[in-house]
Amino acid sequence: MTSDATTPAGPAPASADRTYDAIVVGGGHNGLVNGAYLAKAGLRTLILERRPLVGGAAITEELRPGFWFTTFSYALSLLRPQIVQDLDLVEHGFFPLLMSSTFAPGEDGEYLWLTKDHDQNVREIARHSRHDADAYTQYSHDLDVVCRALKPLLDEAPPDLFSDDPEERLALARLAQRFRGMDRRTLHDTVRLLTGSAADFLDDYFESELLKGYLASTSIIGSKVGPRSQGSGLVLLYHSLGEHDGEFGSWAFHKGGNGGFTQVLARAARAFGAEIRLEAPVQAVLSRDGRVTGVALDDGTEFRAPVVVSSLDPRRTFLELVDPRELPDDLVENVRRLRFQGTSSKVNFALDGLPEFPSLPGRDDVFRGFTNIGPGMDYLEHAFDDAKYGRFSARPYIDGAIQSTIDPDMAPPGKHVMSCFIQYTPYELRESDWETERQNLGDTVQKTLESFFPGFGDLVLQREVVTPLDIERTTGLSEGNIFAGEFLAPQMYFFRPAPGWSQYRTPLEGYYQCGSGTHPGGCVMGAPGMLAARRILADRSGAGAR
Amino acid sequence: MILTTPFHERVAALNRTGLWEHWSNHLAARRYQLSDKAEYFAVRDSAGIFDTSPLFKYRISGPDAERFLAGMLARDVRACPVGQAQYTCWLDDRGFLVEDGVVLHTAPDEYLLASAEPNLAWFADRAGRLDVRLEDESDALGVLAFQGPRSRELLARLVPAVADIPPFGVTAGEIAGAAVTVSRTGFTGDLGYEVWVPADDALPVWDALWESVRGYGVQPFGLDALHMLRIEAGLLLLDVDFTSSRYAWNDAHRSTPVELGWEWMFADLAAEDRAFIGRRALERELEERTSRWTMRGLVVDWHDYERVYDEAGLLPPRDHTPVLEDWMVYKDGDRVGYATSFMYSPVLQRHIAIARVRPDLAEPGTDVKLEFTVNHRYEQVAAHVARLPLFNPERRKAR
Repeated sequence: MTSDATTPAGPAPASADRTYDAIVVGGGHNGLVNGAYLAKAGLRTLILERRPLVGGAAITEELRPGFWFTTFSYALSLLRPQIVQDLDLVEHGFFPLLMSSTFAPGEDGEYLWLTKDHDQNVREIARHSRHDADAYTQYSHDLDVVCRALKPLLDEAPPDLFSDDPEERLALARLAQRFRGMDRRTLHDTVRLLTGSAADFLDDYFESELLKGYLASTSIIGSKVGPRSQGSGLVLLYHSLGEHDGEFGSWAFHKGGNGGFTQVLARAARAFGAEIRLEAPVQAVLSRDGRVTGVALDDGTEFRAPVVVSSLDPRRTFLELVDPRELPDDLVENVRRLRFQGTSSKVNFALDGLPEFPSLPGRDDVFRGFTNIGPGMDYLEHAFDDAKYGRFSARPYIDGAIQSTIDPDMAPPGKHVMSCFIQYTPYELRESDWETERQNLGDTVQKTLESFFPGFGDLVLQREVVTPLDIERTTGLSEGNIFAGEFLAPQMYFFRPAPGWSQYRTPLEGYYQCGSGTHPGGCVMGAPGMLAARRILADRSGAGAR
Repeated sequence: MILTTPFHERVAALNRTGLWEHWSNHLAARRYQLSDKAEYFAVRDSAGIFDTSPLFKYRISGPDAERFLAGMLARDVRACPVGQAQYTCWLDDRGFLVEDGVVLHTAPDEYLLASAEPNLAWFADRAGRLDVRLEDESDALGVLAFQGPRSRELLARLVPAVADIPPFGVTAGEIAGAAVTVSRTGFTGDLGYEVWVPADDALPVWDALWESVRGYGVQPFGLDALHMLRIEAGLLLLDVDFTSSRYAWNDAHRSTPVELGWEWMFADLAAEDRAFIGRRALERELEERTSRWTMRGLVVDWHDYERVYDEAGLLPPRDHTPVLEDWMVYKDGDRVGYATSFMYSPVLQRHIAIARVRPDLAEPGTDVKLEFTVNHRYEQVAAHVARLPLFNPERRKAR
């Protein structure tokens, strides 16, 4: 299943007139989702990918014979489940494997090991704090209630605040109604999460530092905030909205990694009739008289279509693919000041065997999910402190995952691959640059892991360090921001990617956006691709998209 | 006194939950780790080992063994040469199902029959003057099911002949010096094998197998995972999806093999003149189309399931734990069937059920409604009829 991850699709069927109904720029997961929906609706669709493989930041590569690395994105959770159904993904090989536990080692030999068994978790938490045992059940429930209330927002475009269209007014009224329908506590929890810090929210429930550190970890992923920063609550909430097999906040590994997943999407898109061209970098989106007419590749080849959809981030969509001088000033200005500031890296390892946690000798089942190196709020906040002053963290937060324990095809028998998501590693280093610091970062991560799992270094067969600069260069994500624009309140919902342009259209007629820089946002969610397709199809038929 | 299986020493050491079920008076692991779903995924993605020793096993031998079984079993055992196995069933004289099981043709004039419940009296009392020996081997044999996509490659390293046996093939082999029988059979709907081992050799055989699969993602799996796997595979369970005619109180609790979807077992019935128990009733049922039900799969409409829960202000549960209750099936307001096993299938990403529907509604794709309770009220959700098994990977059928 992973083997075709690096295989180009072969020559695309020659399209004599090079004319399509729709052209999607970028073959990442959102581009593929968008193209598949358009093709399913009967549009002659072309998806253009710059690299020799589809997937964007969701790829799997065999960097060492038999060892498959999820170079960037490494797990699934936020994928909207209706996409699986609508695009018949199961028939094309969709196969998310369960991650059955999370292991959070402490610095003193202690650990928190959470499983899929609620009663066991309650006892495990009680080892650290009896108070937190039922507080955890309460917290999970309260968060689920908020998630249920907000979930529908992921599946529709935000209303246009600035429009007089009665349909938009109605949508706005429905949104208000949704919030009015919440009880006081849920609404207040929602607001506290959307605007406050994760630390404040968690402090209301818990006293165990290890537990709080683990829970707060999702409040910083991909974002230049610490758990005590206002705004981290939003990031925590966003990650809690993911669901896997109906369980909020649950995660899975796709068979063959996230590259395995994007191969499934590519197969589905092709099955609906979409054409995918690899190694086809788009130089510019072409337009005439305010209307899009097609695209031109770097080599000068032109393709025509009345609809062009950019799955690239807002900076590339508005400032590079088209001439910003043709766009309204306020949009250009808003996109220019959009915050990216990538702050995450990946360090991926090929391992000769499984590490061992000293307090749990011989227990290899602790690795059947995430290994969360963030033992306490102070640890995470200190890691953030470095980033504030332009350094990468001396003791970084690490979200580790030994995927080969779940998917044995990822590594040879007895060997393993470990994906490590690292934070904080600011895109702009104050006193150095990433070419200089690449191996220093790798050493820091390895040293940190060694401190929790003595002997870790001896297991390392190979190491791949992926800095924010590498993320930007390889995937095209500006400043290496994994969400194609930070998750900050002024960059979400009505304002994602810019006020007035949150409904996938652009000022150029026929030019649309469908990347993670649009609502709802990043992660391997697919919602932007799906919602943009809905918008495009509604515009074609002259009907509303709601 | 509850017994343990011949593999108990090893499976007990691996059972990290300490949860056991009582299965045919044996301890059987419910799950080895805290997530039954993880065990399920091991089977669907790599391979899993299941201790299926509590089955009843009968050795039937002698010059008249074939003749005897040909008259007892509804499916023609004469079409099962040495080195093959058959999924089969036996009926009463009214054509109702007594039980189903797997019969292995292990040697000329020798068969091994496995069933969920005791059947020795049923068979022995009908042997008459035939020269046939029936031995209860239930305690003498341990059985390991080794199931999943990697099972062939891994087991063939111990028993090379395994690489070449087709579905329902049987071969003799040796593991750790012990003589074993390997059949390409199982209860998971996946590529898989069952290893039949003399009880005294059970531990060395387990050790050799366990050692040889280290590093390949193989895990032991328990009954909870097995129930998930068998529903996806459309494999019916006694006392859940059907009742033995022997112990049924009335005909509403009885089923014919045709009603259970096993008409395929009798494809050659017209061409063979074998007399077997239930034949005349079966012929009449087929001829007069008097079957009351057709066993089918139901696939629940994802969006409608979502809608029903959303309107009730609830999160749509997608619990993989099988629900083994009667749930009614409707069409245009009429009750047209009932489901007996229901679950969320992780590989299919849908809710599925094993259900009886009226034969005129058995066409795959037929829209029906499945009823269950939401917020303590009956709700109906859209589903469509599908052929069993709902999950049937190529690797299972590949020769």
